[in-house]
Amino acid sequence: MNVGLEHYLFVSAALFCLGLLGVIVRRNLLVIYMSLELMLNAANLALVAFSRFNNNLDGQLMVFFIITVAAAEVAVGLALVVALYRERQSAHVEDLASLKL
Amino acid sequence: MALPDILFYLFAALTLGCGLLVVANPFSRNPVTSAMFLVLTIVSLAGLFVLLHAYFLAAVQILVYAGAVMVLFLFVIMLLDLKAEERRRFNVFAVVLGGASVAGLVGILAKTIHESGAGAGLQPTLAGETRNLGVELFTKGQFLLPFEIVSLLLLVAMVGVILLSKRELR
Repeated sequence: MNVGLEHYLFVSAALFCLGLLGVIVRRNLLVIYMSLELMLNAANLALVAFSRFNNNLDGQLMVFFIITVAAAEVAVGLALVVALYRERQSAHVEDLASLKL
Repeated sequence: MALPDILFYLFAALTLGCGLLVVANPFSRNPVTSAMFLVLTIVSLAGLFVLLHAYFLAAVQILVYAGAVMVLFLFVIMLLDLKAEERRRFNVFAVVLGGASVAGLVGILAKTIHESGAGAGLQPTLAGETRNLGVELFTKGQFLLPFEIVSLLLLVAMVGVILLSKRELR
């Protein structure tokens, strides 16, 4: 059976759901953050596959921008995690339940 | 079965397997293990990008994600001493409910992709060379402004991170 767009979309959907499962189930802020990265990468895979099968480079350019923005997002997010850890000595979401620091 | 198809199944299995080990590793709850498996996931995704003829993106994926982002993650994991986190139990309620809802989402997505017949009759024709990507990005004019805005965004993120990491905001 030839590998088509469908196959890539299935892999992308499965990867996205794995990331979502991680965000829901895990309780460690850093692992939740990694799961978010998984979801972003799943979207990237879908975009690249669409780009290839529709003979249009716009999808790849979109992925290029997504990777750049994701790098900025990771830097800011990890800085926030470090700042939060300094305040509370914990990177566990159940210890960070109050709105007021 | 041709070689690219075999490679697709190999990389897809690697991606999903390592992705699962990032999220739910039965042997270790240590964030460092998760980070290492995330690196493997990203590298196998880069393999899938190569199969899709997105060579530049595969290189960027490895350089930026597996290189820069994961090093940042590991730095932070080592900076915060997370040993105490390993002993915590999973919340059974959250696991059951989250697993059920995610399984539902898997079902919906798989059915949608299957029934919509995405890619029926489409052939993989795009030659995604780096040169074409550059031409599209820099000469068409459509993506020039977003490109500059992204550079500004990176600058703003850098300033923001430096500010956040200062011990006292004076």
